[in-house]
Amino acid sequence: MNAWLKLQHLGLTEGGTRIIDDASLSFAARRTVVLGPNGAGKSTLLRLIHGLLRPSAGELRWQRAMTQAMVFQRPVMLRTTALANVIYGLGLKGHAAKECEQRGRQALARVGLESLARRPARLLSGGEQQRVALARAWALEPELLILDEPTASLDPASSREVERIIGDIAASGARILMTTHNLGQARRIAEQIVFIDRGCIVEQTPVEQFFTMPRTEAAQRFLKDEIP
Amino acid sequence: MITAVHLRVFFVLSSVLSVSSEVLRLMHEFNEPLVTAWQLVAGADARLAGIVLLSLRVSLSATLIACVAGMPIGALLAVGRFPGRRALIVLFNGLMGLPPVVVGLLVYLLLSRAGPLGQFGLLFSPTAMVIAQAILVTPIVAALTRQVIADAWSEYREQLRSLGASRPRAAATLLWDGRFSLTTAALAGFGRAIAEVGAVMIVGGNIDGVTRVMTTTIALETSKGDLPLALALGCILIALVLSINALAYALRAWAQRRWG
Amino acid sequence: MITRRLFCSTLAAIGILSATASDAQERFITVASTTSTEQSGLFGHLLPLFENASGITVRVVALGTGQALDMARRGDADVVFVHDKAAEEKFVAEGFGVKRQEVMYNDFVVIGPKADPAKAHGTNGKDILEGLRRIEATKSPFVSRGDKSGTHAAELRYWKAAGVDLDARKGAWYRDTGSGMGPALNTAASMNAYVLADRGTWLSFRNRGELGIIVAGDTKLFNQYGVILVNPAKHAHVKQADGQKFIDWMVSPEGQKAIADYKIGGEQLFFPNAKR
Repeated sequence: MNAWLKLQHLGLTEGGTRIIDDASLSFAARRTVVLGPNGAGKSTLLRLIHGLLRPSAGELRWQRAMTQAMVFQRPVMLRTTALANVIYGLGLKGHAAKECEQRGRQALARVGLESLARRPARLLSGGEQQRVALARAWALEPELLILDEPTASLDPASSREVERIIGDIAASGARILMTTHNLGQARRIAEQIVFIDRGCIVEQTPVEQFFTMPRTEAAQRFLKDEIP
Repeated sequence: MITAVHLRVFFVLSSVLSVSSEVLRLMHEFNEPLVTAWQLVAGADARLAGIVLLSLRVSLSATLIACVAGMPIGALLAVGRFPGRRALIVLFNGLMGLPPVVVGLLVYLLLSRAGPLGQFGLLFSPTAMVIAQAILVTPIVAALTRQVIADAWSEYREQLRSLGASRPRAAATLLWDGRFSLTTAALAGFGRAIAEVGAVMIVGGNIDGVTRVMTTTIALETSKGDLPLALALGCILIALVLSINALAYALRAWAQRRWG
Repeated sequence: MITRRLFCSTLAAIGILSATASDAQERFITVASTTSTEQSGLFGHLLPLFENASGITVRVVALGTGQALDMARRGDADVVFVHDKAAEEKFVAEGFGVKRQEVMYNDFVVIGPKADPAKAHGTNGKDILEGLRRIEATKSPFVSRGDKSGTHAAELRYWKAAGVDLDARKGAWYRDTGSGMGPALNTAASMNAYVLADRGTWLSFRNRGELGIIVAGDTKLFNQYGVILVNPAKHAHVKQADGQKFIDWMVSPEGQKAIADYKIGGEQLFFPNAKR
């Protein structure tokens, strides 16, 4: 498989603490889930890849420039309608108002929220807000969608719906890179698992193998602790 | 026998009595202005109306200018990254306490015929008062805006940058998004403007019918020794400020329900 | 969106409020004058009469004499109408004023506690110099304007004439307040102190407390008002014609009568004495 992104000795140090330490990794799979205990550096790794953080060592090698979008654990909604929130990102990319409106509505329809287009976004439920955030990301038609624990604060029903949408986005051709604490979810979504611990890449394994016989002891311990 | 407890009770009772007579005297002293205030309002006194309208017009204009100038400054200070940013934040926070008299004096020297902007003949006009108050209020609006936007920025930063918003664009977005919270900054500025007397007295000259506003009228009536009338005008001023604040509060509460 | 519309219309309303009331272009002159003429209500009586006769609006900025003259020196007034002959003559001599014309006089009075602890009233209540000497001798509280106004200048002249060397004798009893006539009277009322005031301001002053007139009627207490057109040669924008019209009206029989007609409680405050 052809790697679309290579991390080469990537490192991030903040205030003397190494958050990411000498991470070298190739991303070739279409759907990768990053697993690891709290504080392992999962979110930081995603932010480095998305460009929100600048590495203090090493580099990111893209095979070619990719359009990206990111969905966060807690959706940030502007004080306006759901539709306007979806359109906001498109507007920043310089699309014409009419096209924005059309693509925004389409994206909302894909996440099943077309009927709520005119509702104030902040008054929607947590699950609906996260779906608006997904629509906002999807409307940008990203080649790479990064998701940082997108279902961590949602109830099971909302989680399932978000998972369904992630699957649809993946099916529409975007690469998926996400973190989660829900191992069942990881198993359902991922092709590849990247396991990290205390800022170090521990292993990168195809999903089935990771859950049946992880290569490292740390991953084994992690799986044992997480699933009682 | 008179015990220490008796003495104490006696002492407390007598002090309560003397305090209550003082309260009665004060009630009388404050009652007259309230009656006068009511008569002024109920009589729809045309001169009073003119003074109140001029106060509102000058201070609202100054606040509007201060918001147009101060809010973008505050937002950029919150969001931006440029050399001297910290120094500017300290500067604007410090300028919140700008003494009105000093601002008045500076604007006076600027607008005076002998000053650099003398040829426009703006001294002793409402425009001069607007300029002075706008200078006074802009740092307040900017500093308070910076606080509001800085809080919002810490919440929104990653999302906005992820969507590709430049820092100026993010500042604009946060200003619009925080529009209802920012009423507080505008109100603080307005409150400062309408309540200040030092600057408008110097640059306006307290000219009857031209630049006489509520605070300068109060100062004038005080110096004429007409304390009840001065206090009555003070009551009206306070009532005005309170009702504008109540209105803004209601708007904010409505917006909160409407937009979350 | 509803909120956007509401928001914008609020801004527009404020904008309109500010714009509609933009300064009407009227014919007016700016007169730098003293608090005594403004606060006694004299201008409130005179100016409508002049405005009717001439169509010129008079905008009065009321300050102390010293400040009024400084304001005119900077070119911020067309006419000065003040009461400190020496300072006025200096103003004209420096070339800032065209010509000083006398308009009217009133008188100063010594205000003090009615009980008169300093016995400043003396035998007939007419001797200003003896009154001041007694105030100083008993170290009774005295409030001074201390603001370079005409009244302040007069007060300093009286102390000098009374033979009291203020610089040497000044103590806690002498309160230099640096304030206008009204505030100085308020201070005196709250401290039960003596104070030199012009009769007009005193008569229209309401917060008198225990104060009353202690010394009055001495010819030395005579307080002359003069009017001066600011020199257009110094400040080209001075409204020479309209300013001169105001001065001419003040010294005209019509203006002089209007001054004499102004009374508070039946008492005449200002006495016209323009030289014709």
